[in-house]
Amino acid sequence: MGEVGLSAYLMVGAVLFVCGVVCMATKRNGIGVLMGVELVLNGANVNFVAFSRYTSLGLDGQTTALFVIVLAAAEAAVALAIALNFYNNHLTIDVDRGNELQG
Amino acid sequence: MPETGDILMFLLTAAWLLPLAGFVVEIYWLCFSHRLNKGAAYCAVACIGLGFLCSFSALMYWGFDTKWAALSEPAHHGHDTAHDAGRTEGGHEHDAHAANTEHADHAEHPDALTKKYYTGTYYELARFGALRVSLDWYIDSLTLVMFTMVTFIATCIHIFAIGYMHDELTEEYEDHEVHLHNGGHFSRPGRFHRFFAYLSLFSFSMLGIVLSGNIFQVFIFWELVGLSSYLLIGFYIERKSASTAANKAFIMNRVGDFGFLIGMMILWTSFGTFQFGDRTDGAHTEAGLFTMVRGQDGKLDVSEDGKQVYLQDAHGHRAEKNGQPLTISYMLLVAAGLGVFAGSIGKSAQFPLQTWLPDAMEGPTPVSALVHSATMVAAGVYLAARFYPVFTPEVLLGIAYIGCITLFIAATIALVVTDIKRVLAYSTISQLGYMMLAIGVAGWGAALFHLVTHAFFKSLMFLCSGSVIAGCHHVQDMSRMGGLRHKMKITAYTMLVGVIAIAGLAIPGTSIGLSGFYSKDAIVASALAYSELNPGHILLFIAPLVTAGITSFYMFRLWFLTFAGAPRDAHVYDHCHENPSIMTTPLLVLAVLAAGCAWGGEGGPLYRLIADSETVPAVARVASVGAAKVILPSHQGHESDVHHVHSTAGMLALISAIIGMSLAYLIYVKKTIDANQIRKQFSGVYDFLVDKWRFDSLYEAMFVAPVHIISAWCVSFDKGVLDPILHSAASLTVLTSKWDRAFDETFVDGLVNLVGTVTYNVGNSLKVIQTGRLRQYVMWIAVGVIVLFGALVTTIPK
Repeated sequence: MGEVGLSAYLMVGAVLFVCGVVCMATKRNGIGVLMGVELVLNGANVNFVAFSRYTSLGLDGQTTALFVIVLAAAEAAVALAIALNFYNNHLTIDVDRGNELQG
Repeated sequence: MPETGDILMFLLTAAWLLPLAGFVVEIYWLCFSHRLNKGAAYCAVACIGLGFLCSFSALMYWGFDTKWAALSEPAHHGHDTAHDAGRTEGGHEHDAHAANTEHADHAEHPDALTKKYYTGTYYELARFGALRVSLDWYIDSLTLVMFTMVTFIATCIHIFAIGYMHDELTEEYEDHEVHLHNGGHFSRPGRFHRFFAYLSLFSFSMLGIVLSGNIFQVFIFWELVGLSSYLLIGFYIERKSASTAANKAFIMNRVGDFGFLIGMMILWTSFGTFQFGDRTDGAHTEAGLFTMVRGQDGKLDVSEDGKQVYLQDAHGHRAEKNGQPLTISYMLLVAAGLGVFAGSIGKSAQFPLQTWLPDAMEGPTPVSALVHSATMVAAGVYLAARFYPVFTPEVLLGIAYIGCITLFIAATIALVVTDIKRVLAYSTISQLGYMMLAIGVAGWGAALFHLVTHAFFKSLMFLCSGSVIAGCHHVQDMSRMGGLRHKMKITAYTMLVGVIAIAGLAIPGTSIGLSGFYSKDAIVASALAYSELNPGHILLFIAPLVTAGITSFYMFRLWFLTFAGAPRDAHVYDHCHENPSIMTTPLLVLAVLAAGCAWGGEGGPLYRLIADSETVPAVARVASVGAAKVILPSHQGHESDVHHVHSTAGMLALISAIIGMSLAYLIYVKKTIDANQIRKQFSGVYDFLVDKWRFDSLYEAMFVAPVHIISAWCVSFDKGVLDPILHSAASLTVLTSKWDRAFDETFVDGLVNLVGTVTYNVGNSLKVIQTGRLRQYVMWIAVGVIVLFGALVTTIPK
């Protein structure tokens, strides 16, 4: 069984990233958008972990990935609170229905 | 057991501050009471009356504490008798404790300047190195006598004023002296409470002068009495004459105070202290002014060339600083003395500043009685007496001549005046001249003796004149009176007591007379002794002697014109009436004192009390060492120069007074000599006297007219030169401002507005991008990432 190369990891990361972006761009459901965000963050995480193999210590990228996970958790908590408020105001979580930030 | 000094200080401080409390209450009277309430007067009377009780008990306490040593026979100037004065006995038990008090008896100096005063500090205002300015107290028998006299007379006058000022107790006081354009009279709310507030302020300030322990503090209260005098003269401020008189009094006093300030500056720089008495700080005793000049033996320590005076320390040695003896230039000491005396000239209305006092009679009569005869004007004499140790013989000679000129000028003017109050005013000036003369001829005790007796009989006469004026409904001209003794018995006969007292009449052959007889005798005797020792200054004896006759003449003229003979104006006579008892009782009380306060003459209690605080004892002749070659006579004890000539002087003065009285009787009662005939005969002299020796015209020509001319120049300079410069500067400024404004409005404002507009437009045009649609944003992000990525790929070289 041969070694899985870096490019394979990068491919997985890229697929995850593109899936996330597409999910964010296409979903009208707010929770769906949040899921897209998680996918984007984790695509990036895969890249971090994969690249960390080539650093002198071999741990830098993994540590960063841990930070990103924590960050994602915090972001999810805030975003879910926003979603709840959004629902209270609009009785839906369809993001297309909220355009109060229009200039 | 508190010390004597502290008890006296406490009592006198209470007497001093009570009128201040009264002033505060009365000036805010309308805040808690109304205009028609007499309470303000009762408050003022209570304050000053309590002040009198405090002062009197202080005097009594002092007397019993010293076992009335001052009243016993004064010490003769021999070694064996130096101790029998007894004044040391009371002191010894205190010597160990009393820090500021020395009853020291200098056995080795029989003529020693025995210190019989108490002094201390209330509060230190400021300190500049070794120099300090503080509020002090200085108490000796003179302070006590003055306190008792001032508070007593003030109490009598306050009570009298309740009656006299009664017509101010109204909401609508009509001032008949102020004519309005529509022919009516000016009308205003009554100012009863304010009058008493001013009186209280005056009492406080006057007592402050007497209690002061340094010359700077004297100056503070000196100005305060000036202020209260100003307020009281101008009490009827709506009358032009009253406001002018108030200004005149104030301004002429400032002229004197200018000299006072110069004197103070000299003292400050040369002596480094304002203190009168020695101040003990623990073991160190700091010499006061009097000690520094006069040392322990009362003599000036002049250097051999006569140009320097050595200052002395508290132990009777020459004061030294860094091994060099401290000295003051003799001329500087003369200048300091003259400067301080200039203040006295202003306050006591001496020549050449005498013209304000007659005008000051515009104030209500109780004010004339209290401020402008009995107390405030006597403050000048008091200061000269207090400062006696600092005066050199030259200064004393100047004082004597100033007094001599004043007493003669004022007496001659009084001969022709017909306003009852103004006669008394000129008489006051004349009597103050007597006091100054006495100080100048070394008759220190005689001067203050006369001050006290004069205060009693002159306040009595002023109150009597006030009673006449009130009874005659504000008629003051004696030529419209006459015969009033039938209607105003108490006023007439109390006035007669005052007249006899001031004239100095006595029963010939005996020495029984009223108070003025004794005190004037003392002065004339001092003058005679002086002129015998200094034949060149015989005028100093002749003038007071002749003036004694003139005084007697014009005072009896006043009495005869007012109270005797037939009524000259039926209207005035018919409407006049005796005043209520609140006004006559003070007259009776004062009459008793005016008659009897000098009981015993120079052997009596009053003189002894005063002479006890004499700081420069005159038991032997003092020959002057300075420029003025004069010999000051001795006046203590039976062997002294003054005592030798006393009976001669008394006889001459009495003869002079009797001549004056007889002339007045012949002219105004018997009419054997026609006054009009004399007036025609001496019309030149008469006009000269009616014009008050033309002093007002002289000052008009000397000071007022030049000031007017210079002012006119200044006005034209202002209008012709300064105003155009200012105007062109102003228009230049306006022009510049206009340019500045245009620049601001177009350029600066335009720039700022431009920035604002551009920013606004950019923002406006960019706002369409902000759609608020989330998924659109995400799409843009993705597109952006792709574009960036594409750019990266294409630009990075392989």
